[in-house]
Amino acid sequence: MAKVKIYVTLRESVLDPQGSAVQGSLVKMGYNEVQDIRIGKYLEVVIGDTERDLDSLVKEMCEKLLANTVIEDYRYEVEEAN
Amino acid sequence: MKFAVLVFPGSNCDIDMYHAIKDELGEEVEYVWHDATDLSEFDGVLIPGGFSYGDYLRCGAMANQSNVMAEVKKFAQAGKPVLGVCNGFQILTEAGLLPGALLRNKNLKFMCRTVGLKVTNNDTLFTNQYEAGEVINIPIAHGEGNYFCDDKTLAELKANNQIVFTYSGENPNGSLEDIAGIINERGNVLGMMPHPERAVDALLGSNDGLKVFKSIVKMWRESHVS
Repeated sequence: MAKVKIYVTLRESVLDPQGSAVQGSLVKMGYNEVQDIRIGKYLEVVIGDTERDLDSLVKEMCEKLLANTVIEDYRYEVEEAN
Repeated sequence: MKFAVLVFPGSNCDIDMYHAIKDELGEEVEYVWHDATDLSEFDGVLIPGGFSYGDYLRCGAMANQSNVMAEVKKFAQAGKPVLGVCNGFQILTEAGLLPGALLRNKNLKFMCRTVGLKVTNNDTLFTNQYEAGEVINIPIAHGEGNYFCDDKTLAELKANNQIVFTYSGENPNGSLEDIAGIINERGNVLGMMPHPERAVDALLGSNDGLKVFKSIVKMWRESHVS
């Protein structure tokens, strides 16, 4: 069994109006050092015993459903559980 | 001509679409549930607006994995007409049947109003009843209608005349080049954010959308009835 932490973020070339709005709020609160915010998604996927190679399995799931690679990038970390 | 109106959990413009075809257009129409595995009895597929699967993960992402979408891909490959409106447009981009993606509206607001829409290509299966450059009034109702694609795709869309509708006047969502609707290269799959099925009766504000459906029927009659 493995726990996979997947991060899905908007590509650099895609504007993130939500991130800009949150950044605006923080600056308004006095956190003038905040220069930019990008908001993304975090997914924890627990994967049971499998014959498949974990990397190719996770990549396939990301490409097919979890991320839309037209607008999003993804990266992941594999954390072994017991 | 017989239309299928796809219904996903969370679709909410399916009844308007059905009404437009049955009562205003006078053609045959049936609801088709998302787990259907056969579209062979239909001549056209309509993917309605709404919030399929609650818009969870991304608009249209999970609807794209339903049984019926595998059939829609075959249907489109056979050259038959497929129209996706609003969430239907989002599903078509997720399915790869249309290029690009629909992002969150630039102003972060859900926009619900009637907009001016320019018919930038009237030489299509879906717009042949309009004049070239005609401006029509059609309602929008979406939070994620901000069309985005990369520069290469945009150049292709322009080169192939695939941009069918653009917003006239105010751009309500920040979409690239004011794009409101695009067609695939072959010309049988159209996606648009505005709702033509909500503009089919002057009594309800506008019947400018009816010609989208009339255009489909006209093309079908010409190729199927001698």
